[in-house]
Amino acid sequence: MSDAPTLVKCLVWDLDNTLWRGTLLEDSEVALPDEIRRTIIELDARGILQAVASKNDHDHAWERLEQLGVAEYFVLPQIGWHPKSQSIKEIADQLNFAMKTIAFIDDQPAERAEVAYHHAEVRCYDADQAAELTGLPEFSPAVVTVDAARRRDMYQAGFRRTAERESFTGPDEEFLRSLDLVMEIKPADEGDLSRVEELTLRTSQMNATGVYYSDADLRALIADPGHEVLTVTLTDRFGPHGAVGVMLLGYHERVWHLKLLATSCRVVSFGAGAVLLNWLITEAAESGVHLAADFRRTDRNRMMEIAYRFAGFTGDACDCLAELPAETAPDRADIEFRHLVAERRPGPTTMSVVGPALGAEDAAGAALA
Amino acid sequence: MTAVQGGTDGATVEKELTAFLAEQTGTEPTADQDLFATGVISSMFALQLVVHLEDEYDIEIVGPELSMDNFRSVRTMSALVLRLQDADTGSRDE
Repeated sequence: MSDAPTLVKCLVWDLDNTLWRGTLLEDSEVALPDEIRRTIIELDARGILQAVASKNDHDHAWERLEQLGVAEYFVLPQIGWHPKSQSIKEIADQLNFAMKTIAFIDDQPAERAEVAYHHAEVRCYDADQAAELTGLPEFSPAVVTVDAARRRDMYQAGFRRTAERESFTGPDEEFLRSLDLVMEIKPADEGDLSRVEELTLRTSQMNATGVYYSDADLRALIADPGHEVLTVTLTDRFGPHGAVGVMLLGYHERVWHLKLLATSCRVVSFGAGAVLLNWLITEAAESGVHLAADFRRTDRNRMMEIAYRFAGFTGDACDCLAELPAETAPDRADIEFRHLVAERRPGPTTMSVVGPALGAEDAAGAALA
Repeated sequence: MTAVQGGTDGATVEKELTAFLAEQTGTEPTADQDLFATGVISSMFALQLVVHLEDEYDIEIVGPELSMDNFRSVRTMSALVLRLQDADTGSRDE
């Protein structure tokens, strides 16, 4: 098997005799070995989230983590007296991560067995292995992106947002307006590509075609005047959400071909997909072209089908589709068109949108000629 | 499932949907209120709404039926539910 192992997205640490040396209840001055500190910092830089599952008094243990200067590296600390399998489930649920992307490190074989019994997919490590983790392939992403290094910040901002949302009573739209959301759409440059690639890999739910575009494919398309690769970022008053969307557009004379639209599941609740589609529809209307989006039904992207349909796209035929690759082309198995005659849309009430003017110079020139 | 057929009339569906929206959004809409225009629901709520209607009324909403016009108000959603339930008993398939 040449398959790379599934990357760990979150490592859950035990504290006593794993993260620190000794047992906090017996020795309130437990020490943090240098190699553990280095491991924590390195994993964080690689974009791997870290959490805590420890049987201790919460306030006491958290205070010690703060004194040791590492508390800020952890999200969702689960410190209490409940079973660790339950702590892990809580962490996975809150992060919306699959169990197979969670790892757990603990010096107690019984604790590891308890977790493994309930969650067979969680990878468990003995405390002896702590200093070696950064050398293992499952903790070594091929590319460390700008967003990866900031991932913890983004999740922590997300938790503050969720807390505020839970205490907010009123229509969603009012809450969204209170966030001061700004969506920025811009042509992708070389530096954005690794983020874009990561996004298409991470967002199976929200990818309308289920087609995967590699780094090399996208690199070639950035340079191609007949194509536009756009990245989408979102920011609010709690901080950045990072790269949350990617769009690949092919320009034709009468129609723009939307080949890829993927948005991060982190921003679905902000209606980011619909805002993006409406922005694109307005741009197409101003250029006097129709839109045709590739759509391939997968068992996970029903949300995209609904997003297209609600935005007004249909499965109806149109003459403009003759400019596009036939639905019967061999590399287009199961891909259908969703077509729309673009008309200007009102801007969103929940966020401001900043984007470039679209349209291929060549195609526009040809249309005018 | 079809035993409760008699209970599914327009007024009942409208009442249930109004209660569901009030619970989910914190605002109780009138039957004809345009939910998208007045910001009671935004498109982010769409999937949840589609799935709710499907589960609650044992229908499947696919293809052109997923148009926003069908979800615009409590009244149009209720009409959609009744229409699809009728179609189902007539065993229409596409």
